[in-house]
Amino acid sequence: MVLVIVALGALYALPNIYGEDPAVQISGKRGVAADVTVFDTVKSNLDSQNIAYSKAELENGQILVRFNSYESQQLARDVLTKALTDEYSVALNLTPATPEWLANLGGVPMKLGLDLSGGVHFLMEVDMKTAMGRAQENMIGSFRNDLRGEKIRYRSVKEAGDGVKVVFRSLDDLIAGQKLLERTNQGMLFAENEDDLSLVVTMSEAKLKETAEYALQQNITIIRNRVNELGVAEPLVQRQGAKHIVVELPGVQDTARAKEILGATATLQFHMVDQEHDVMDAVNGRVPPGSFLVKDQDGRPYLLKKRIMLRGEHIVGAASSADEFQRPQVNIDLDSKGGSLFSNATKDNIGKPMATVFIESKATGAKNPDGSLKFTQEQEIISVATIQARLGSSFRITGQPTPAAAHNLALLLRAGALIAPIAIVEERTVGPSLGAENVELGLQAILWGFAGVLIFMTVYYRKFGLVANLALAANLVLIVGTMSLIPGATLTLPGMAGIVLTVGMAVDANVLIFERIREEIREGKSIQQAIHQGYDAAYSTIIDANITTLIAAIILFAVGTGPIKGFAVTLSIGILTSMFTSIIGTRSVVNAIWGGKKIDKLSI
Amino acid sequence: MQILNLKNTVAFMSIRKPMMIMSLLFIIGSIASMAVNKMNWGLDFTGGTLIEVGFSQPADLTQVRGVLEEGGYDDAVVQLFGSSEDVLIRLGQRENMKAEMLGNDILAKLEAGTGQAIDMRRIEFVGANVGDELTEQGGLAMLTALICILVYVAFRFEWRFALGSVIALAHDVFLTLGLFSILGLEFDLTVLAAILAVIGYSLNDTIVVSDRIRENFRRIRKGDSEEIINISLTQTLSRTMITSFTTFVVLLALFLKGGALIHGFATALLFGIIIGTYSSIYIASSVALALGISKEDLIPEVIEKEGADQDELRM
Repeated sequence: MVLVIVALGALYALPNIYGEDPAVQISGKRGVAADVTVFDTVKSNLDSQNIAYSKAELENGQILVRFNSYESQQLARDVLTKALTDEYSVALNLTPATPEWLANLGGVPMKLGLDLSGGVHFLMEVDMKTAMGRAQENMIGSFRNDLRGEKIRYRSVKEAGDGVKVVFRSLDDLIAGQKLLERTNQGMLFAENEDDLSLVVTMSEAKLKETAEYALQQNITIIRNRVNELGVAEPLVQRQGAKHIVVELPGVQDTARAKEILGATATLQFHMVDQEHDVMDAVNGRVPPGSFLVKDQDGRPYLLKKRIMLRGEHIVGAASSADEFQRPQVNIDLDSKGGSLFSNATKDNIGKPMATVFIESKATGAKNPDGSLKFTQEQEIISVATIQARLGSSFRITGQPTPAAAHNLALLLRAGALIAPIAIVEERTVGPSLGAENVELGLQAILWGFAGVLIFMTVYYRKFGLVANLALAANLVLIVGTMSLIPGATLTLPGMAGIVLTVGMAVDANVLIFERIREEIREGKSIQQAIHQGYDAAYSTIIDANITTLIAAIILFAVGTGPIKGFAVTLSIGILTSMFTSIIGTRSVVNAIWGGKKIDKLSI
Repeated sequence: MQILNLKNTVAFMSIRKPMMIMSLLFIIGSIASMAVNKMNWGLDFTGGTLIEVGFSQPADLTQVRGVLEEGGYDDAVVQLFGSSEDVLIRLGQRENMKAEMLGNDILAKLEAGTGQAIDMRRIEFVGANVGDELTEQGGLAMLTALICILVYVAFRFEWRFALGSVIALAHDVFLTLGLFSILGLEFDLTVLAAILAVIGYSLNDTIVVSDRIRENFRRIRKGDSEEIINISLTQTLSRTMITSFTTFVVLLALFLKGGALIHGFATALLFGIIIGTYSSIYIASSVALALGISKEDLIPEVIEKEGADQDELRM
């Protein structure tokens, strides 16, 4: 049994020895799959540029080309990015060089953390305040619609604190209104006041949670899309707690671009230009109610009507191209709801100017009193155009100064519009040179520590020491094998430190057992009895001691993040495997060597 | 081979009072140092930006400082890290600037200012409230660990042992924190992890000793509590020393070979192992003794012992 488990561990630890090949991964964006034609294009391009590759495969709509050197990998990326259209992303990748038979058995190498592989780690915070504000706005809108639809008369629908206050015309209206709103709005709390005929509606705890959850999930989805735009192989986008999102991009070097795309949230709003009032009056402080002032890219002020004709969340697609005069333009596609909304809004305004307002949310770095981040909204008019015809679900915006600007705008719009803005609150970038160095240093520390313990055990316990060493080696193999098998386990630098520590502490169980055997021999027991007693007496001590260490490791895992989690993982796995190898493992070896024989002197 | 071959029982407990006083003094000293010197909190807790860059030749720190000052970063702390080519730059929180763009800006300015190709090794940026959250979480983790351990040991042994081992653990934590404060070493997340590992390790030691004390209370009929504790400590001493030694060896390897990034981690563990070994002998047992542990407290558990073990295994 012991042999089988150790052999299995060794089998799954094996892929780590083969290492990884530099590779280039080509995948389609937005549902486009790479097919045989693309595959041929890739191969012919590499051949014509004399870039040697070791293997090229087409699988699940993705193309993977392996290279022998990092230089040809870089070269190939540049060549292929040029050769392929915008629909495909070309990403640098490291692919396990595991032989096929082993890969078929599910053998994969350990996943390396960012501190070992190099890359960027971001922690992003979602601005829940804005999310709640949006939800409040939606409530106001839908209440008005509902009440109007049922012809219930109200004086006003306004925001009040965290909720919405509706003031009715009469008591009958109040009763009918409350009945209606309670039916149409689940999960809200209603507080009516018959004296001033008002009804205050607030979100219940569950509803608040649901709204926050939705804002977080939407952000995660959108960040995933944006990360895909970046063309990174094996990115990680994961929620952490109530309002944080972790983004890990292995191998990304150009962090500036990554941050620009991830950190800025952009949305478009379409407003009619207010032509009834004078812009200069507004600039001088007399802004008419129902309108607001925005500047365009050149700093010219415009007076716009507050009513939003369309919000960015209905945008499903945006692409940059050139119009018939070779000027940059952005083509925008809307979903069906957005299309009908926009069609209604534009049909009465043909011939009038409409402004496209670009709104970008950025974290200022300052904080609110409650500790959350402050965000500012920067509004800018990117185009004012006369509506030429009734606009449907597909239209275009012109007026971008350069093709690059149009491209960037399209990219941001395509990634969707966020309910709540996000900001990067933590960043850890590790360069590839440091990553490789860390692997080297970690390995060295493990080897030196391992060697030191091996020598000591052999000198101190002689043959029994060798048995313990065997267990220790098996333990290392098992840790690596288990780490490779568990999908979520990632090896980090502190994780390597955890392995080093395990190596030192794993012999403890054997030391306990061996010391006990020596004691029993001193007390005059027979050899066989001493071995038996030694294992039995030490057993419960070892279990107790290890379980308490395991408690500390599990707590570390529960509260720790990133690298610390890595440490907790290797420590926990190490504790479990070391209990197995040093109790059951050594026992079976000891039994095989010394068991059932009459021995006068023990080499311990 | 055998290093320790003790024929006679060592009277550990006879000097327990001076040892307790010494430990108490150390703890007071640690707390005083934490109050006066403060902790040198790392980036993880304070927030801010840290940039490590690699020059192709030994770096000229004065020049680097000059370039940064010109670029408007007069609060930058510049120091060598690990080797003469590696430079670490620390910046505090910035109110007016988009903090996440800082790293790239500095890199560009340095390249322009020194005229050398610079290798970006790492950039770390931590927002201020993330740091606050981490400090809170870290303290909470430490407390949770101590409480869970207290409960487990009380359940498996006896409340006097539990209290003794938790006081020993708190002792280890305070002294390690004190060392970091006195030496002004940076306290970051990895050091926190190391301290939790020290808790685990020190406890390991304490459990082994307590286990032996319990066994001897049941086995040895004559002798008072102090004598039995002395016997138990003597019996486990050789194991305690050997395990501490092997752990020390691997940590030394980590300290010397593991690189600058985990120096703090290795330091905390090295120191913690030594303190942990001492505390499991003197603090845990002394406290249990001072609380009046005696034979009667442990005898009734004999029957439960086997069954209790089985339960643990099934978990």
